[in-house]
Formats: sequence, C-alpha cells, structure tokens
Amino acid sequence: MTTLTHPALDKPYTYPDFDKPLPPREGDRVIQFREALREAMSEEMRRDERVFLMGEEVANYNGAYKVSQGMLDEFGDKRIIDTPISENGFAGMGIAAAMGGLRPIVEFMSWSFSLVAADQILNNAPKMLYMSGAQWGCPIVFRGNNGAGGQLGSTHSWCVEGLYANVPGVKIVIPSNPYDAKGLLKTAILDPDPVFFLESERMLGDKAHVPEEEYYIPFGKARLAREGSDVTLVSFGRPVHFCVEAAEKLAGDEGIEADVLDMRTIRPLDIDAIVESVKKTNRIVVVDQCWPFASIASEVCTQVMERAFDWLDAAPVRVNTADVPTPYAKGLEAAYLPNTERIAAAVTKLAGAR
Amino acid sequence: MAQATTDRPSLSSQLPDKTLTKWLYDMQLIREFETRTAQAYQQAKIGGFCHIYTGQEACAVGTIACLDAKDPVITAYRDHGHALARGMDPKACMAEMFGKLPGCAKGKGGSMHMFDKPNHLYGGHGIVGAQTPLGAGLAFADRYRWEVLGKGSKQVSLCYLGDGALNQGAFHEAQNLAGLLNLPVIYIVENNGYSMGTSIERGTTMADQLTLKAKGYGIKGIEIDGMSIMDVYDAFKPLVDECRDLQRPGFVDLKTYRYQGHSMSDPQKYRTKEEVEDAKERDSIANLASHLMQERGCLSEDDWKAMQKEIRDIVKESVDFAEAAEAPSVEEELYSDVFIHPLPNLSPSGAYTHGSKNPLL
Repeated sequence: MTTLTHPALDKPYTYPDFDKPLPPREGDRVIQFREALREAMSEEMRRDERVFLMGEEVANYNGAYKVSQGMLDEFGDKRIIDTPISENGFAGMGIAAAMGGLRPIVEFMSWSFSLVAADQILNNAPKMLYMSGAQWGCPIVFRGNNGAGGQLGSTHSWCVEGLYANVPGVKIVIPSNPYDAKGLLKTAILDPDPVFFLESERMLGDKAHVPEEEYYIPFGKARLAREGSDVTLVSFGRPVHFCVEAAEKLAGDEGIEADVLDMRTIRPLDIDAIVESVKKTNRIVVVDQCWPFASIASEVCTQVMERAFDWLDAAPVRVNTADVPTPYAKGLEAAYLPNTERIAAAVTKLAGAR
Repeated sequence: MAQATTDRPSLSSQLPDKTLTKWLYDMQLIREFETRTAQAYQQAKIGGFCHIYTGQEACAVGTIACLDAKDPVITAYRDHGHALARGMDPKACMAEMFGKLPGCAKGKGGSMHMFDKPNHLYGGHGIVGAQTPLGAGLAFADRYRWEVLGKGSKQVSLCYLGDGALNQGAFHEAQNLAGLLNLPVIYIVENNGYSMGTSIERGTTMADQLTLKAKGYGIKGIEIDGMSIMDVYDAFKPLVDECRDLQRPGFVDLKTYRYQGHSMSDPQKYRTKEEVEDAKERDSIANLASHLMQERGCLSEDDWKAMQKEIRDIVKESVDFAEAAEAPSVEEELYSDVFIHPLPNLSPSGAYTHGSKNPLL
C-alpha cells in the first residue's frame, strides 16, 4: 500500500501498489460471485470505519440479491443502511457523505434504476472535483446489477456503460468472474474517485475459487482469458464467457484460435493490451452488451484504428445487442443479446475477410 | 411570520451593537458586490448565467449568523451572497466569475459554483434542487462522524433552495430521507415569489402554506420574514439550536424578494414596476441601518457613509483584482482536477493531471 495525499481529501488515502503477484486463480475455495462481492465490502469495512453500505433492502432484507447477507449483523444499522425507493435522493446523500469525508458504497438494486438518479451520479459525482477547483472530490462506489437479467423487459435490462462511459470523471468497472469481482471491488473502495461497479444478476450465482487472502486488482489491466493467434476477441462482464465458449467452438470446428481479452475496466481501458493482441492477430471482434450506436464497442474499434490501423487485415467488427428495446419473449431476448453463436459467426466471417 | 414574544426581549435585541453592525456591513457588501457583478456582466467580463442576490441579503447573512463556523452550508446557483456571508474573500468570488485562476474554483466553476472549503461552503449548485439530497448527505456525514467514528460534535447543515425548487422530485426525496433518518439539515426556501418568470402561485400548490408540506415529511417548518434580519435571527436561531441538539431536520419558508431579474438576461415582464418598488420600501439594509442609527443609536450617518465607502473600495478592488488576474492556462488546467487519482488510458484524448493548488486551500 502507498499512502498518498490530495488537497481535496482531508486525510491521506492509501492505494494498492499492485507490486506483488496476485494469488492463484485456481483452488478449492469455491464461492459464489455474490459472496466474493460481500467479502470485498466486509474486508474493507473492517479496515476502515468510514466505509458504509447504503441502498434498497441492503440491511433487514439481507440484500435484494443477497449480496449483503449477514452484513447488518456484523456491522450494525449505522453502517448498513436501508433506504426507501428513492435513488436520486440516496445517491445524492452518498455523494455529499463522500464530500464530507466518508467512503460510501451505494447499491443500486439495478443500474436500470440509476437512471432516475442520473443528475446526481452524472452531474455531481464526476464533476465535483473539477467544478470546485479541486476543493472536494467524491470517493464513492456505486454498484449493482447491470444488463439483461432474464426476461425483465425493456426498462429493467439496461447496460448503462454505453451512456455513462461518455462522462469524464468516473472510473467504470465490469467484472466477469468472482475472483476479479473481489479484487476489483476492493480497489474500487480504496479508490478516491467515483467508481461505477457494474455487476450482473445472471452471474451472482456463478461459482469459482476466490482466495481468502486480501488482494487488489489494478484498474486498466485486461486479463487474457484465452490465448490464440488468429483473431482478438475483446469483451467485458458477462459476454466474456460467451467469447471463451465461441473461441473453444471455433478452435474445434474451424481451427481458428482466438485471443480473448477480458477488459475488467472500461474507463480506464487497457488499449495497450488490445493493440498488442491485434499486432499478433491482425483481426478484432469487440463484443459488447450495449446497443451499437456510440457504444463501448464503437470506442474500442475507433481506438484500435487510431493506434493499430496498419496492423489490421480487415475492418474491426462489433457484436452488440440488437438495436431495439429489450424484448420480453425468451426467444427474442436470446437473439437480442450477444451470444456464442453470433460471436462465432462474426469471427468466421471475419476470418474469411481480406 | 415570526412573532416576537411580548414578555421578554428578542434574541437579536440582546446582541451587542458590533454584531448587528457587522450584519449591516455584510449585507451592504453583498449589495455592492452584486451591483458591480451586474455591471461586469453587462460589460461581458462575466459570462454564462449570472443570478443576482440583491434584495435577499438578510436571508444569507441572517441565517448564517446563527451557525457555528464548522456547520456545512450548501446552496443553489444564486450563490454569491452565501459565499460572501460565509466569509469568502470577495476577490476569490469575483475572480471566479471572471474565469480567472485565483477564483474560488480556479475559474472552472463560474457564477453558479461557488465553493469554499475553509468556510465549509459545499458549493453553489446549478441544477434546480440537486443540492437538496446533498444537504441531507452533509448532515448524514456529520452525524456518522460523531456516532460511528466518535469524532467531532453535533452539527447542523443548512441547505438553501429557491421556491422554484419546491417542485423538484429531488427535494421531496431529500425531505423524506431527512425526516426518515432524522438528519440535522435545515432546508431554507428563499421564497422570492418567482421561479424565473413563474409566480409561486402558478407553479406550486399550497403556496401560502409551505410549512404544511414539510410537516408531511415529519419536518418542523416555520415562516420567517426574510426582509428583516432581526426577524430572521430571532426565529431561525432557536430552530438551528433545536435541530442541532435534537439532531433532526427543519424547514423554513423564508419570504424575500429579488430586486433584479431571475438572471441577467431577464426582461421581467411577469411583474410590475410597482411591485418591485413596494418590496424596496421594505429593504432589509435600509431597515437595519435605520434601526442602528435611530433605535440603537450606535451608528451615525457619517459612520454609515464611511462604511459604504469602505465597501465600495473593497468591491472595486475585487473587480480590479479579477480583471488583472491570470486566466487558467490550457496546458495546466484543462485536463487537471478530473480525477484525484488519475490513471493511464482513462481518456482517448488526453492524460489527466493534477492542477495548481486551489487558492483557498
């Protein structure tokens, strides 16, 4: 840990140095994604009394999705705080509490509901440091479920990163697995800037080995989820799994070997890792759960063309959700989302392109 | 309106002459400052939106007079008066509007974003009502500090809003949270009768009974005549003390009047000249000056003139200072102060850095 100071913070802040290697990803301490998130919050709350958790159903109900199960018992109702359904109100409360020297974690039951708090989370949190001339920052974590849950329809299936990543002043984290979720959330809580931490309802029950020890994963460092030399697949969050599945299928069926990069954070974006991979494969497919227009995928493709145009053998390809409101019907929703088949088809087509 | 009890002297009458004289000074400073601000705006030296506080001086000065130095204050975009009343150097305030580096936000905020950390002013905020959940959060943080961290003492936060913010959802959410969690925040509605060009009756239900709305959130509310600073102090001080001691929220319908338009670009066709003149008859500064000269007898006509002269000079100096001050450099300030902890690859268009130290820190 390094101790740093900034005039906008009353106290020095500690930030991980990331100098020691991360613990092994393999092991037999298998827990759910939601438990990994809970471990990250609980460890940081034990370390720093300024950290508290606030949101709908986080306390008495033990979490709408059981992420905060048992935390009320351990930390009490002064630090695990139930709020009414009032996102604009409690998001703003959290922001001012952060200005006032605390380290809030604000849970949105769904990022879809954060839209009613857009003014607070997009106008106040990311701009406070700038518009106060560096007198106040906003060290806060907003976290919750993002993306299609499962037949939740048009209003409850938002992938907010396409909208929110447009705003300067926030760091955006989108983990794809329990191991990363713990290490990234711990870094987010220590980070002195506003962090949007985007989870997925569909992954909260995913199980994997998560080390018991404390570890921190740096922002802006992609994980190579699979290695190959024919094509680069870039994704973040839940579709990373579809990319790996598609890559295995392509290797078996067509002998196409894909690099799969799990970005982990999209602001910062590890463009260096993407460019390095593209220099090897000369082809890129970006898989993104947002709508295509002005999306993260658009941004990645643009940056690749700016940085590695001459290394490309074919135009970059985007696989986004269909450009329509999220449908309810099971078959429509499945076709709407990026999935293994669509990704594999895009890669096959690209592999044949010159 | 606040009623002075007949059987004992009012709180303000027990204050020493020098305290009330300081109020007069602070109010006149705001008045003169705003006159010069309007001039500079008309000369295009100040840009953007600019909202003048003239007429409402007793509100900021009277309520802030009831606070402890460390109590947090947060307000909306008509914020120059609160900044000066809280103790901001007029030079920093004027330089901010001129978009200069020695401004309170290094020229990055502008007229609507007056922040002053040493004086616990958590900003002027530009979106109507957006500061009201923040006000609840400041109170939450204060209570958390002494309840959970065992540090500090009981504080009370003031959150100002205009009557135009009464109908924003944010304010209703904030009041519900404040009432529910018993947060020590006082919402002060500076009710100048108009949200831009819409009179309060045309935009707000129960406009003459706003305290009943606060009651609906379990918040005690009072009405105060904001054109009389003595009334403001007499009624507001007990509310501040109560909200601090009992750690609960409050609400004030502080009735006032703005002499200027909503912003500098307002032709004011929604009200008559007579209405404005009538309000000026009740001017808070003239009233306090005459009280000090005639009833208290602690201020002579010459003293008052000398004070006005001193203030004129100070404000003129602030304009000269702002005019001569250095503008923020593009190299150092455009991409700085976006992150406390910048990292590589946060933006495709530039690397974020740390800017120069804020002049107020």
